[in-house]
Amino acid sequence: MTELPLIGEAVAVAAEPRLAGAKIGVVTFPGTLDDRDASRAVRLAGGTPVELWHGDSDLGDVDAVILPGGFSYGDYLRAGAIARFAPLMSKIIDAANSDAKLPVLGICNGFQLLTESHLLPGSMIKNDHLKFICRDQVLRVENNSTYWTGDYAAGQEITVPLKNQDGQYIADEKTLDALEAEGRVVFRYVGFNPNGSRRDIAGISNAAGNVVGLMPHPEHAVEVGFGPESLDGIGGSDTEGLGLFTSVLNKIVGAN
Amino acid sequence: MTEISTSSITETKKFNIDTVEHAAKTPDTELPWAELGLKRNEFDEIVKVLGRRPTGAELAMYSVMWSEHCSYKSSKNHLRQFGEKVTDEMKKDMLVGIGENAGVTNLGDGWAVTFKIESHNSPSFVEPYQGAATGIGGIVRDIISMGARPVAVMDPLRFGAIDHPDTARVMHGAVAGIGGYGNSLGLPNIGGEMVFDSVYQGNPLVNALAVGVMRHEDIRLANASGKGNKVVLFGARTGGDGIGGASVLASESFDDTKPSKRPAVQVGDPFAEKVLIECCLELFKGSLVEGIQDLGAAGISCATSELASNGDGGMNVELTSVLLRDPTLTPGEILMSESQERMMAVVTPENVEAFEAVMDKWAVEYAWLGEVTDSGRLIITWEGEVIVDVDPRTVAHDGPVYDRPFARPEWQDALQADSFTGSVQDAGRPSAPAELAAAVTELVASPNMCDKSWITNQYDRYVGGNTALAFPDDAGVVRVDEESGLGVALATDANGRYTYLDPYHGAQLALAEAYRNVATSGAVPMAVSDCLNFGSPEDPDVMWQLAEAIRGLSDACMVLGIPVTGGNVSLYNQTGTTPIHPSPVVAVLGKLDDVARRTPSGWREDGAAIYLLGTTAAELDGSEWSNLRGHLGGLPPKVDLEAERALGQILINASRDGMVDSAHDLSEGGLAAALVEASLRYGVGARIALQDVLDRDGVDLFTALFSETQGRAVVSVPRSEEVRFKDMCTARGFEHLRIGVVDAASGQLEINGVDTLSLDSLREAHEATLPKYFG
Repeated sequence: MTELPLIGEAVAVAAEPRLAGAKIGVVTFPGTLDDRDASRAVRLAGGTPVELWHGDSDLGDVDAVILPGGFSYGDYLRAGAIARFAPLMSKIIDAANSDAKLPVLGICNGFQLLTESHLLPGSMIKNDHLKFICRDQVLRVENNSTYWTGDYAAGQEITVPLKNQDGQYIADEKTLDALEAEGRVVFRYVGFNPNGSRRDIAGISNAAGNVVGLMPHPEHAVEVGFGPESLDGIGGSDTEGLGLFTSVLNKIVGAN
Repeated sequence: MTEISTSSITETKKFNIDTVEHAAKTPDTELPWAELGLKRNEFDEIVKVLGRRPTGAELAMYSVMWSEHCSYKSSKNHLRQFGEKVTDEMKKDMLVGIGENAGVTNLGDGWAVTFKIESHNSPSFVEPYQGAATGIGGIVRDIISMGARPVAVMDPLRFGAIDHPDTARVMHGAVAGIGGYGNSLGLPNIGGEMVFDSVYQGNPLVNALAVGVMRHEDIRLANASGKGNKVVLFGARTGGDGIGGASVLASESFDDTKPSKRPAVQVGDPFAEKVLIECCLELFKGSLVEGIQDLGAAGISCATSELASNGDGGMNVELTSVLLRDPTLTPGEILMSESQERMMAVVTPENVEAFEAVMDKWAVEYAWLGEVTDSGRLIITWEGEVIVDVDPRTVAHDGPVYDRPFARPEWQDALQADSFTGSVQDAGRPSAPAELAAAVTELVASPNMCDKSWITNQYDRYVGGNTALAFPDDAGVVRVDEESGLGVALATDANGRYTYLDPYHGAQLALAEAYRNVATSGAVPMAVSDCLNFGSPEDPDVMWQLAEAIRGLSDACMVLGIPVTGGNVSLYNQTGTTPIHPSPVVAVLGKLDDVARRTPSGWREDGAAIYLLGTTAAELDGSEWSNLRGHLGGLPPKVDLEAERALGQILINASRDGMVDSAHDLSEGGLAAALVEASLRYGVGARIALQDVLDRDGVDLFTALFSETQGRAVVSVPRSEEVRFKDMCTARGFEHLRIGVVDAASGQLEINGVDTLSLDSLREAHEATLPKYFG
């Protein structure tokens, strides 16, 4: 529903035409900020983004859903705690848990939303240093068999921006042990833990691997000239986040 | 409990009965005009305009709208020069000039850009978090009011001494407030400034800039036209916060003896603002509003009087329709409240339903307050009884104008005669290689020159996906059109020390630096917005500084060919009788046809040749080096605007034709700072030899490194482009010297005559300063 009134369609995409049929819904809540960025990432990965409004009553014919970053309802309560009750969320929860295993990616506020909805275990609290932090972050892809990480090599290190206020992932020891044992720690911070997350966890998945949540922002590392390399020059490349979006597109197209 | 609320209601009622009719019958009623910040002569003028004493509500409106902050009464006579000294070249791309919420500049391809810089100084000292946060909120609403989607913000900040205990309070609060608000809006923060100086101890400067883009057809203006059209207030509810913010806070000096002014600071709700942005853009898209105005300083008083006087001239408003957070507010308080995240619009009767649908979709509250008339009067009623009946022009535009006396201060000559060179503080000037290396390290670790990522890492620079350059590059660059790559570059600059030494040239130096920074990124400078931060205009010394700075700026804009399209004046920045350094913060906006061509400030390509553009003179007065040694006197560096223009052309062409790998302007800290910053940007070292510069310019190595001569930049040129680049400089008659080569493998900055500096040790010194003081 949100417009892209000021941004032209990006045309210079050298993506595979076979992926264009895959439709990825990007949900906008009041206070969502990175919805247009997520849509752009889908487009640059070769898919077709579909704008979804939190108040919509159905998901239409989307093949996957992205819950983008932002501050839904200002995060004045726990991050994601109010947005979790949006009409569309119950549809997403049902579809993710169904046999069809709708692929769902939660980025930052979207990850917080996934834990609030109990699609993923654990919770997020304020960063241990109590400040908002924006930096380029190295992550290790710990599990490349989820719906959203198939295009990465296991153990591959990627650099994507991270920016959050409430990014400290916590869970009880038993849950953390189970996540580790089941290979559900998908991304781990490398070199520097930016928010005090338990066991350096940056992202996790559900047991089936169709639902993935992470705090860093892969959608900000999809285009040369606008990613970590160009803005901060810390190495890596500008586009190492693109893999999440191509992974799910390939998964969808492969399944069809 | 019952008693309190009864009595407050009684009080409200008592206030309410001060109708126009009642005022006419009771000419001798004492009114609190002095408490509201009005002077005797101003009150008398109000009585003369109305032909009777004002009602309580009218008094409230006039007091805020005639405040220094809203009326520009001390600066108006001088600010005229920005409108008068305008050439055809300067008008060519201006779509909307000074006077609207923000000026609008044509970008081509049907795109337009609007930007403005404003101060939120006093609130940010009283309550740093909310003061700085609502500074962002206010400037962003100015941008929305023009019909634009905001796309980025910037924050020039000036605090007291880095080691003063109160600086940490202001710094922590202001930075967290800017981050907390701006990050929640989804606007990348792409740059700004940070200066520490004890002159700002009791008067920190928290300025905020926002930039927005739109299609030409989407430009909206603040006027209420069309008799019978409806007036609607939407967004947050009106509360008791920020009452008198413009009049008693922003228009008076701080004074220890008075009670806290904290209740005059507004409280921000960034979530409400984010929703308001999206909601307004949807209104614009559907062409559902005829005129729109944000509510900032002076709240409803400002919005109603400005909308009415810019349109057909009349408006009727029922004030009890305003949705309140606090039901005990008096009419005067409602009119003065500066509650944030509110907008006022004019809607045709046919569009009312569609307007309401947009409000409902975004769950934004709204209230229909009245309608546009052709009566030429702004009439505000309270339960049907007339409490305001004024000509809106007398409120919004015809406020008092003062020709404040000004004179060159007696001390100015002595100050200018006190040069750094040869002063006590200049004793033991570094010259041996080890001394020079220590001096470079000391410089880049100093409070004003150190790494700012402690601040900028608390801001989101990525959101939107269009940021092509951000701090610490010379300018912030944001893409506007994803297809063509069209984008804008922005830089803000000011040097309070230069302006203190010479206000006329100091202001020009600020403009020259911002212009140079924008050109350094490869963008063509197009427009200027300025935030003039000064002390009390009632002090003839300060008034002279202001007059000189405005004259200097307006003259310089003529030479550079770029117009001032908007801005703001912040006066009374002084504690007791001690004013801040005059600090005109100048923002320059430029255009890049393709942001892919932008030039970063650090070199990367191994073997690229490093050139110094421009010549170096012995100009250390007012410099960072003299500041480090505790000296302030003499004359600031010379201004040569024609040279700035020529340098700009070279940098722009070099970017467009892909001749340079990096470019960094020379300003505070001179060549020493530029070399270190260009090396640390990407962690790539260089080998530098300055003998040719010393021979050509007749300066010593220390001067070559630390002088702040203007009109200079350092660029790295790939080998393949070197001939072409040199030919261009030669053809344009611009001095250029090859001073070194990029050495990627070395991990060090090697300058002949200076002990070799490892990038690791430089980085450590550069990055340690802010964390050391602020945690």
